[in-house]
Amino acid sequence: MNTSFNLFDFVGGVHPAENKTQSTQSSISSAGIPEKLVLPLTQHIGAQSKPLVNVGDTVLKGQLIAAAQGFISANLHAPTSGKITAIEDRAIAHQSGLSDLCIEITTDKQDKWIEHSGIANYQDIDASQLISLIQEAGVTGMGGAGFPTHVKVSAKPDAIKTLIINAAECEPYITADDMLMQERANDVISGIQILAHILKPESVLIGIEDNKPKAAEALNLALKESPENTLIEVIVIPTKYPSGGEKQLIQILTGKEVPSGGLPSSLGIVCHNLGTAYAINSAITKGEPLISRITTMTGNACAAPQNYEVLIGTPVKHLLEVSNTDIKNTSRLVMGGPMMGFTIDQIETPIIKASNCIIAATKQELPDPAMEQACIRCGMCTEACPAQLLPQQLYWFSKSSNLEQAESHNIADCIECGACSYVCPSNIPLVQYYRFAKGEIKQATADKLKSDRAKVRFETRLARQEREAAEKVAKRQARAEAAAKKQAQKKAAPAQEASDSKAPPAADIELLQKKFDATKAGVTKTKEKLAILLADENADPEKIELLKGALTKAQTKMKDAAKVMAEAKKAEKASAFTSSDKGDPNTPERLKNKLDLAQSRLETANKRLEEAKAENSDKIEAFETAVTKQLERVNDAKLALETAIKTSATNNVPASVDLETLKQKVLAAQTRVDKANERLNMAKEQNLETVGALQTGLDKQTSKLVDAKAALEQASTEEAK
Amino acid sequence: MTSFIVAVSALVILSLIFGAILGFAAIRFKVEGNPLVEQIDALLPQTQCGQCSYPGCSPYAEAIAKGEEGINKCPPGGESTIQAIADLLGVEPEPLDAEHGTEKESAMVAVIREDECIGCTKCIQACPVDAILGAAKQMHTVIESECTGCDLCLEPCPVDCIDMVPIDGGLPAWHWDKPIQIIATDAGNTDALNEGKAA
Repeated sequence: MNTSFNLFDFVGGVHPAENKTQSTQSSISSAGIPEKLVLPLTQHIGAQSKPLVNVGDTVLKGQLIAAAQGFISANLHAPTSGKITAIEDRAIAHQSGLSDLCIEITTDKQDKWIEHSGIANYQDIDASQLISLIQEAGVTGMGGAGFPTHVKVSAKPDAIKTLIINAAECEPYITADDMLMQERANDVISGIQILAHILKPESVLIGIEDNKPKAAEALNLALKESPENTLIEVIVIPTKYPSGGEKQLIQILTGKEVPSGGLPSSLGIVCHNLGTAYAINSAITKGEPLISRITTMTGNACAAPQNYEVLIGTPVKHLLEVSNTDIKNTSRLVMGGPMMGFTIDQIETPIIKASNCIIAATKQELPDPAMEQACIRCGMCTEACPAQLLPQQLYWFSKSSNLEQAESHNIADCIECGACSYVCPSNIPLVQYYRFAKGEIKQATADKLKSDRAKVRFETRLARQEREAAEKVAKRQARAEAAAKKQAQKKAAPAQEASDSKAPPAADIELLQKKFDATKAGVTKTKEKLAILLADENADPEKIELLKGALTKAQTKMKDAAKVMAEAKKAEKASAFTSSDKGDPNTPERLKNKLDLAQSRLETANKRLEEAKAENSDKIEAFETAVTKQLERVNDAKLALETAIKTSATNNVPASVDLETLKQKVLAAQTRVDKANERLNMAKEQNLETVGALQTGLDKQTSKLVDAKAALEQASTEEAK
Repeated sequence: MTSFIVAVSALVILSLIFGAILGFAAIRFKVEGNPLVEQIDALLPQTQCGQCSYPGCSPYAEAIAKGEEGINKCPPGGESTIQAIADLLGVEPEPLDAEHGTEKESAMVAVIREDECIGCTKCIQACPVDAILGAAKQMHTVIESECTGCDLCLEPCPVDCIDMVPIDGGLPAWHWDKPIQIIATDAGNTDALNEGKAA
């Protein structure tokens, strides 16, 4: 022990009754192999492990049965050989009393190891390789929280100046680390040396409370025997709860305070539990994964309080039996210490990697919590708080669910040590209020994150919908413009044609009618005027001659107009005939198409029916009715086609009209191709997703155009013959 | 007389300088939009459920900011949201307007009974946060982590294959309850204690 070491102190703290001597009277003994082991898949902080075995599998001791998922997670190994008998939800060692996924192993009592080997000289091995070995062994923090150790030791090179080994074990009753140091000091020191080899700190401090003189002695002795003890120092600190808190121990040993919300590594410090160092030693030098731990079995209901080496997954019930505990006399079963532990309701609850103590307390020892009385603002909690918070303010805020204020009073820095509850004269369960508020804050933060994400998603959706609507409008406009342009072109073209061939288009018939009416009216007017003049005896004969000339002129005009109009009407009729071909659904061609379609449908229906029959499906009836329906349709279509062919035969359509129709078809196909082309170009310009679809459309239209042209040529050559 | 002129001119010069600074600040640090709307919107639960009769949370926030709408029309937010908005606006909190629905006990999430889904995409179009995945004639499914539990997908479903189920976070979501108030004068009333334990 280095007497010159300068110790610091932390504010607050309490001195509860230690109750440690009961369990240090006898040495560590094995708790044996229970009938069944129950191994929760969440024994650590982080993601749940993934089972690698199935029910019925036989496993050997030390076999990997569940693998870590992600970096912050831990492997799980079979603590003894046996058979997997269940993978299901079981009661687990957790404050909530909830169930979680567990692997149950029915042991075969043979305790047969899987092949494993340790490393003799870890000094020659790279730190990263050692870290991966620790990771494989599933080592987690043994102090209580169960943080995966490989994460904690994966610090940046040279980031850690001080390695602190937490051997304070400040909570009453617990003596697991104490006995471990007394009996296995060499292994512990070896584990610490491995940690030092990985982290390469400038100093290694083992913090140990002065109520464990034997343990400190044993450690010093082991250090003297060890060849490389230059770095490691055993520091005895005064006993005060909670000196074993990570932040408190760091403050005692270094005088530095871990910043609020920060990690010790930001100060160049890392803190590991003593039990963890022991587990690391087993993992590296013996190749044994973390499958057992030292657990204190104590309490007044326990006949022989002592420390046991317990396989992970051992039900508490087994431990109670081994230690001759009077279960009837046990009023409360506590896992962990009396300050920070939790009551377990079911004695089937398994021991996990972080379970350091089981207290089977009698009614006198741990009476029911006394009635909560009103806070008298005595301020004792403030004096006791090791984190220098304002416990009574936090109490008011938590009680009234004023989470915002609780947060601004740094409730997150509360280490839930229970010192405030311990000193409270009004018996207020302060820590439980803080835990409630912390849980609510965590929930509110998660909800806020979710609602922010929902907002972003909602807004993105709205933006997308707006964009789609705008695109649609733009497309429609472009199409309308293109159509208008085409219309204008069309109008211009026939007008020219009409002036050349004097065959006005159908649309101009009305105009011609008007012209005709006007000339007719002119003729009647001149006739009337002439009649008046003829009746008048004094009329000028010259004027009469003039009027007669005008009348004949008007009459010829009227005749011309009538002729033009008649021609136009004829043309319109002809075009109406040809265009009627398009609109009439009863043309033989269309009917033929319909028949083909109906036939193909019938075929598919038949096929489906056969399939259904082959599979003996219950849909056979439905398919049968479908087939009959399709059959009817085919017959109808056939009938219609026959009648249509007959009528068209009687119509005796001249060949020239046929040719005309084909020509028009070619023209129509041409316009369609043009349109499709235009659309495709537009889509390409705007980089739309529909380009592919439009391309296929264009190809189709082009092929149709080619077909139409071929048909036209054939028809014209035939006609020429 | 000169001292009077000096005083007046000094004041005039000062007022010009400060006027220039204020004018510059008004342009340089101009706040875009109404910050109150954003603040109210931040308090709303963003389920986008439309139970307030507005198409989404931010239109409702706008209406509150304009004073056109009461602050008690948001059932998913419930009492806590009403309280928060009342604190922000400095008005009296009102009880939740039952006309728009009631506050649910726990958060819900939509779950599609997938073997019954006919792939009509109607729920996809209804979902305000694009939390439903699927295509025409393909089975749809809800992305649970993105679902806000707004119920909007229930109504359009032609085969009623969507259920609203309470979210069960299991162990990771568990947290401590508030201690049951036990005071000395309540000593005879053990029912409350037992109820609390049972819960």
